[in-house]
Amino acid sequence: MKKRFLAAVLAVSMMTVGLTGCGTKKTKGTVSTDGSTSMEKVIGALGEDFTEKNPDVTFSYNPTGSGSGISAVANGTCDIGLSSRHLKDEEKEQGLEETVLAIDGIAVIVNTNNTVSDLTLEQIADIYTGKITNWSELGGADAEIVVIGREAGSGTRDGFESITKTEDACKLRQELTSTGDVIATVKSNENAIGYASLASVDTSVTMVSVDGVTPGSETVLDGSYAIQRPFVLVTKKDQKLSEAAQAFFDYAISKDAKSIIEGAGVVPAN
Amino acid sequence: MNKAVDKVMQGFFLLCGLITIASVCVITVYLIISGIPAIKEIGIVDFLFGKTWASTAKEAEYGILPFILTSVYGTCGAILIGVPVGFFTAVYLSKFAPVSVKKVVSFVVSLLASIPSVVYGLVGMLVLVPWIRKAFHIADGATLFAAMLVLAVMILPSIINVSMTALDAVPKKYEAGALALGATECETYLKVSVPAAKSGIMASVVLGVGRAIGEAMAVMMVSGNVANMPKLFGSVRFLTTAVASEMSYASGLQKQALFSIALVLFVFIMMINLLLRKVMAGGENKS
Repeated sequence: MKKRFLAAVLAVSMMTVGLTGCGTKKTKGTVSTDGSTSMEKVIGALGEDFTEKNPDVTFSYNPTGSGSGISAVANGTCDIGLSSRHLKDEEKEQGLEETVLAIDGIAVIVNTNNTVSDLTLEQIADIYTGKITNWSELGGADAEIVVIGREAGSGTRDGFESITKTEDACKLRQELTSTGDVIATVKSNENAIGYASLASVDTSVTMVSVDGVTPGSETVLDGSYAIQRPFVLVTKKDQKLSEAAQAFFDYAISKDAKSIIEGAGVVPAN
Repeated sequence: MNKAVDKVMQGFFLLCGLITIASVCVITVYLIISGIPAIKEIGIVDFLFGKTWASTAKEAEYGILPFILTSVYGTCGAILIGVPVGFFTAVYLSKFAPVSVKKVVSFVVSLLASIPSVVYGLVGMLVLVPWIRKAFHIADGATLFAAMLVLAVMILPSIINVSMTALDAVPKKYEAGALALGATECETYLKVSVPAAKSGIMASVVLGVGRAIGEAMAVMMVSGNVANMPKLFGSVRFLTTAVASEMSYASGLQKQALFSIALVLFVFIMMINLLLRKVMAGGENKS
């Protein structure tokens, strides 16, 4: 909800962690990340593991949305920007560079009391563009569909609209500013439909299968689940990261981080 | 020596005063400078009277009529609901209530004033919005109506406090005279005290308007936040929330247009303040 909340400042543990110090130089300093609310889970897990191995590093994550995160790197207010969409050409022209960290599915979610459990990509597009307005048209109860979307700067919205080909055509009932808000709203309204990062969806809402494919790590990886988008680390092309930020960056795309990224429910890209 | 201290302190007080004035000037100048370019580029008529806001579309449109009307309707709705409640509360507290009741209620009212707007929004989102959905049998409760109700509660403290102060200040001899002539208590207070306190009560309403039109956080959480033309049971976006919800990722003309929206809001607030001054001055001349 609040955009500028510094949600997760992961405390630096002062306990010595054995082994790490040996051989390699210890990294000190701060790593600040800013951006996509969808990446909260994966970046939180990575940050926690990284600070455990490098107790002298302070790691912060500011969940503001992809667009804000990209602006933050460009303005130099954070080290690494987090975006849940690819950079646009004009953003690359500003000297920004993207590194794909992982691939995430966008789950289409409905209330747990909703009997509709499978939709085609076309039906989803029709719901969002206002061609289908009642759940009875889809085999559900006779109730108006409450279409929940995200704000224009959201990477999730960008991914969802470009895959369903509904850019600039969505007729939303509510426009919310975070992944958590969408899930909370769908949970509280039985006529609602929304979309959210697969990694963030819990059992409080129902994920519908798309074209018969259930969203999950396997179906995202093999490409059979249609609605998926990348999680991207955004950096400046011609400017070196601080030592700590570079160490985190290298760690995040290394093999060591793979199991942690998988643990957060998304598919590692490296 | 004392004189020197005096001089220094005077300079210090002057400086403090100047900081306030400078802040107002900086904000005004900054808003005008950064708000004008987008209005020029979009065209003032298209900007103020355009019905479509699609700032991130490929063919972007920047019409803020939906926001202006939403802010105006939302504020009017809040006034229609909030003023009667606040006004009669003030009359009761000032004229009828025992001292102990007045003390308790005044305390609660000032408590109401100090609740942060995000808390109003949160309670509105979790309690009011689902209630509206069930009570009115509509698909979704995040509506202009929900925002009006939240704003109505938010403006209650200023209406009650200012009206009450005005009513308390009515000379007792007016009321004693009316009662002595055989008027009932109700007649006395509504036909003598209230007209005597008219300018103060009007000022409370104008203050309420100012508070309602400038509120962002609480209405953002209950109004659905989609840039539609306002409907009572539809999802709407206010002038304030239009700026707040897009500022963090806006760029180029979109960002400039947000400054222009802020400028429009600023002009509204200025007009309300001028109106307030006029209302207050009118009251002073009479008494």
